[in-house]
Amino acid sequence: MTAAHVLPIIWTCIVGFTVLAYIVLDGFDLGLGILFAVERAPHDRDVMVNTVAPVWDGNETWLVLGGACLYAIFPVAYGTLLPALYPPLVAMLLALIFRGVAFEFRFKVHTQRLKGLWDFSFFAGSTVASATQGIMLGTVIQGIKVHDNQYSGGWFDWLTVFSLFCGLAVVIGYALLGACWLVWRTEGSLQARARRYAKPLAIITVALIVIVSLWTPELQRQYLRHWYVWPRMLYVAPVPLLVAWLVVVFWRSITDEAVHLTPLLCALGWFFLCFTGLGISIWPWIVPPSIDIWQASSPPSSQLFLLVGALVLIPIVLAYTGYAYWVFRGKIGHETHYH
Amino acid sequence: MTALDLARSQFAFTVAFHILFPSFSIGLAAYLAVLEGLWLRSGKQVYLDLFQYWLKIFAIGFSMGVVSGIVMSYEFGTNWSQFAEKAGPVLGPMLAYEVMTAFFLEAGFLGVMLFGMNRVGRGLHFTATCLVSVGTLISMSWILASNSWMQTPQGYAIDPATGRFFPTDWLKIIFNPSFPYRLVHMGFAAFLSVALVVGATAAYHLLRDARRGKAATEAVRVMFSMAMWMIAVLAPLQILAGDTQGLNTLEYQPAKIAAIEGDWTTRGRAPEILFGIPNMATERTDYAVEVPLMGSLILTHSVAGKVPGLKDFAPADRPDSRVIFFTFRIMVGLGLAMVALGAFGVWLRWRGSFYENKWLQRFALCMAPAGFIALLCGWVTTEVGRQPYTVYGVLRTVDSVSPIALPGIATSMVVFVIVYFIVFGAGLAILLRMMGMEPRYGETGPDVHEPTRTAGTHPGPAQGSAVGQAGGAE
Repeated sequence: MTAAHVLPIIWTCIVGFTVLAYIVLDGFDLGLGILFAVERAPHDRDVMVNTVAPVWDGNETWLVLGGACLYAIFPVAYGTLLPALYPPLVAMLLALIFRGVAFEFRFKVHTQRLKGLWDFSFFAGSTVASATQGIMLGTVIQGIKVHDNQYSGGWFDWLTVFSLFCGLAVVIGYALLGACWLVWRTEGSLQARARRYAKPLAIITVALIVIVSLWTPELQRQYLRHWYVWPRMLYVAPVPLLVAWLVVVFWRSITDEAVHLTPLLCALGWFFLCFTGLGISIWPWIVPPSIDIWQASSPPSSQLFLLVGALVLIPIVLAYTGYAYWVFRGKIGHETHYH
Repeated sequence: MTALDLARSQFAFTVAFHILFPSFSIGLAAYLAVLEGLWLRSGKQVYLDLFQYWLKIFAIGFSMGVVSGIVMSYEFGTNWSQFAEKAGPVLGPMLAYEVMTAFFLEAGFLGVMLFGMNRVGRGLHFTATCLVSVGTLISMSWILASNSWMQTPQGYAIDPATGRFFPTDWLKIIFNPSFPYRLVHMGFAAFLSVALVVGATAAYHLLRDARRGKAATEAVRVMFSMAMWMIAVLAPLQILAGDTQGLNTLEYQPAKIAAIEGDWTTRGRAPEILFGIPNMATERTDYAVEVPLMGSLILTHSVAGKVPGLKDFAPADRPDSRVIFFTFRIMVGLGLAMVALGAFGVWLRWRGSFYENKWLQRFALCMAPAGFIALLCGWVTTEVGRQPYTVYGVLRTVDSVSPIALPGIATSMVVFVIVYFIVFGAGLAILLRMMGMEPRYGETGPDVHEPTRTAGTHPGPAQGSAVGQAGGAE
């Protein structure tokens, strides 16, 4: 057990946590934008945006941390994955620009037409960002062509039926998170409609999870090795079982109008379990099927230097992020305006 | 055009847009902290009004900084994958520390700063404002440490098998020789840029009020005075800071200095070329207008001092003098104009016509973008001056680029340009309109719609519906 062996494992957990934190926090955020497709009334849209206005850029900061950690800790993965994902990644960044500025711009323009344009930019930006995140995930799962530690595939390798399917799954999943967020943070007719959206979205999300789970091993047979080997099976078996249990809990809570928070927790649970399951499948690769976490690592001197800071700073960040959420807790109604 | 040229242009384009917003945030966050502090100490409404007025503008600038910054954290990989793999072990941790110590701090307390005045109480709110300001400064420190390391690298070893950089001494890496000079120069630049914008906004309202025969409000006068003091003090200091950075560059990157100066042969008693057109092919600077001895005097602080010439360096190792010769002169010219503006203001205060003199106001108005233009020219000078290397003297730009094809990067370049001009053009239009409105007595922050405020915290049914419409209006 040397530092060069252990540090990358610790860092895989931290980077994984970072990505998960991003998905958990920005997922509902992007989902609200997707739901602009069905929520058309201006004041309802204002309420939706106001539920996340004080916290959205903190949410997106996790994406920046993910990029920076990948750069620092797994530079070979950073240098091969990003050129491989170039077109969807650029699309995601531009989409995030459109939706990020729309948060501020839509309250500052003075004509209905311009406001409509920035509302559209919020919707389209959120949807494209979500879809491209799913597409990138699918691209990584299906495998990346690498030669001599550099990406060696073509410009459109990412474009497959599977990656597009993953893109769709993430859009639907984020929309579900957005709807459940609204059930928790709003009231009245908006909350009632969000509850209505959540039901079909949940059914489709779970169906898509099942399909992607069955499809994944077809792409790289080795993904199965952790799932069907005794006794490892014992550790991984709870993942599908928990997904099923959450379906029951979700259905009970979404149909009970007295319950506000549980649907969101269930939806987040699905995301957490999918993410964990995916991690189990591709372990220990970081660029499937050729580069593992040790081959991708920066030297221990870099990983240790950053680890010291991360162990102190990430808990502090989580504490004051929690504080910010607590300051702006409670239901958001039409009388609460953050702009 | 090669894929390398486009990778460079695209990175330069996106980073040039991005740098404007953090600079604006660094300067403005500090100004907001000062305003709120003054308000808490003196209880004067005018400081609160100014705080709320600039806070709304800060929110817009900050959001553009966040989204343009996300692009940067991934562009190192998309455009410079070889660089990322080799230098990632050194530069990556610094960027990650920037995110953990600064970005989260800013983003976490920005919400409280923007919308929390009525939720957390004054003391906590002021703390949030200060933390956001501190966050912007920490962020600047990390990013300049990593940029400076690329200019004056130390504290590393190179793995002979892979060509990767291995950090050996983190203190040496962070506190590399050019870091302190760059940090001061950039910090001053950010503060000056914002002071010039604040001053120009005030000058605009002073001129407009005078034309309408209306007396200027206290808020306008206060911000004009604060901005002009800032410029008067900081502009001369910035010249000094620039001078010390020049000396540092002369020591560590003489080729850059030679290209900036347009000097081709190393010599003592060198003249300062005020203007000319450097010619990289004939190895001379055409149409040069020179001041005898000044080159040695400025760079070495002695008449006999030796000043480097570009011919000392192999043609393949020379930065392009045709670019940085000019960008450097624009930066210095604007810096001198800032000193003049500051001095003019002080002189008029002494004469007692500070708020009335139209020429000062016109001058201040024209100087609105001067800080940002100087800042961009300075960055072009230092970055193009680092060429043909990404890590100075060690890793060449040619060996840093990603294996991406020309059509792909050309397409994305076009899309980036279109999107940036649309989005940030719209942002600029919104900012200009906000600055075009005069700060009002009882200015509200970003958190409240005026009808809600006047209706109290519990609007009745009639007022409630008015609020709904107001929500659509702003």
